[in-house]
Amino acid sequence: MKTLRLLWVGWRFYVKNLTLSGFFILTSVIQPVIFASVAYLMFRAGARQETLLYVALGAGMMGIWSSTLFGSGGAIQWQRWQGTLEYCIAVPPPLILIIVPLTIATATIGLYSLTATLLWGWLFFDVPLAVSDPVAFAVALPVAVIGLGLLGLVLASTFVLYRNANALANLLEYPVWLVTGLLVSLSLLPGWVGPISWVLAPTWGVNGLREAAIAGNPWPEIGMCLALGAVYLVIGHFALRHFERLARERATLTLT
Amino acid sequence: MTYNLRVFFVGGYLSYRALFNWMHWSYYIPTMLGAPLFQILFFAYIGRFAQVKNDEFFVVGNAVQLSAMAGIYGMAMTVGGERWTSTLSSLMASPANRLPLFLGRALPIIANGIITSAFAFTVGWLLLDFDMPASGIPALGVVVFVSAFACTSLGLVIGAVGLRARDVFFLANLFVYLLVLFSGANIPLESLPGWMEAISRVSPLTHGIQAARAIADGATLAEVDHLVWTELGIGGAYAAVAYALFRFFEIEGRRRATLDTM
Repeated sequence: MKTLRLLWVGWRFYVKNLTLSGFFILTSVIQPVIFASVAYLMFRAGARQETLLYVALGAGMMGIWSSTLFGSGGAIQWQRWQGTLEYCIAVPPPLILIIVPLTIATATIGLYSLTATLLWGWLFFDVPLAVSDPVAFAVALPVAVIGLGLLGLVLASTFVLYRNANALANLLEYPVWLVTGLLVSLSLLPGWVGPISWVLAPTWGVNGLREAAIAGNPWPEIGMCLALGAVYLVIGHFALRHFERLARERATLTLT
Repeated sequence: MTYNLRVFFVGGYLSYRALFNWMHWSYYIPTMLGAPLFQILFFAYIGRFAQVKNDEFFVVGNAVQLSAMAGIYGMAMTVGGERWTSTLSSLMASPANRLPLFLGRALPIIANGIITSAFAFTVGWLLLDFDMPASGIPALGVVVFVSAFACTSLGLVIGAVGLRARDVFFLANLFVYLLVLFSGANIPLESLPGWMEAISRVSPLTHGIQAARAIADGATLAEVDHLVWTELGIGGAYAAVAYALFRFFEIEGRRRATLDTM
């Protein structure tokens, strides 16, 4: 019960905190709306008759990934700069219970982007908002957020070992948009991209949302997203322990 | 004259090194080369999937647009960085002529934009279905230089606003994204709604990208000179606005004591 309370309070605090950040408003609302507009106009100009809801969901997921990438990738470094990392480690609960709510909060902020791209598309590009299976959609959405949030935990615990984590975040935005099939069918990409896309939660997250919204059976994708989340949690747990041990050994906890 | 040249070259060089954490490769390569590589692949594959245009359209459009990223972020971060490190007041208190002071900071950034564009063209040639006559490369170089100048001028305007606005990075990001939408790098201009096309006609990059596409198709520089001159004119107009804004916000910043506000 205490653990659930800790997760809930931490998540709520970080969601409020991130909502006040101009940078996150940019990455989770303005940037997705601009990229969604580019995608809508490209698909309108092109010969392929792809449903615009397919594009809107992909563009929304792009925002969730950006928010997770920049938020989680720099999560531990932020705590360092703010001088709160020592407290996060010194408190009785394990560090992972402090960091997980933060990384899930960064993915949650990405929900603004999905909402923004869907509303923008509906208002200006006649994107239909009818969802074929609302129950499955209502399940697929939080599962996608949790899957990406736990992927964020892996980013948070590994990026911290890299001095220029924000440069790594800059690098990883476009490739993940591409290899997870957010706006491009994976069948167009070289065959070796397939296995990479299978281990990334956005692939299953967006497929689950599309299957639920447009047509099909989303439950296998939802299940895969949850399973990947569990794997990320295990990786993140060991990576965080490794970071904590290194930081204590080398006395680098407070070094910025 | 010698003094102004020293401010122009030495000041610009030091500012540029500071911009990239003393030019550490671990920051420079992912940001200035890695991200552009994937940007080109991303839009080229959307183009293939949507069946909107061929690879050449996206390689040329994005390679020229990438000079914008360097110019706008670079100039905005130069002013933002001075404020962040609390050196803006010292800079403004110095007797140095403002024109070489800020143009000197722009020159290496223009060069950087050209390097990023050249890398992007090479990547497009190696990885995508893009080819162009070798005889067109010098003309393409001129077009990229002029486009990088125009974007750096827009970056100077944003940097000038940064003397007043607190979050100049927000503005810089916003303008880079807006250029992706309005410049015609990824959407054919004729497919844009009328009001968007009107905005794109006065934005930097639009004419540069058009000229670069024509050169990639075999046109000579003389055949696209009207586009190059228009791009140069737009860049010059933004540079003039930037200079006026720098002077205005500097005077206002002194009057209100807000130069170091964060």
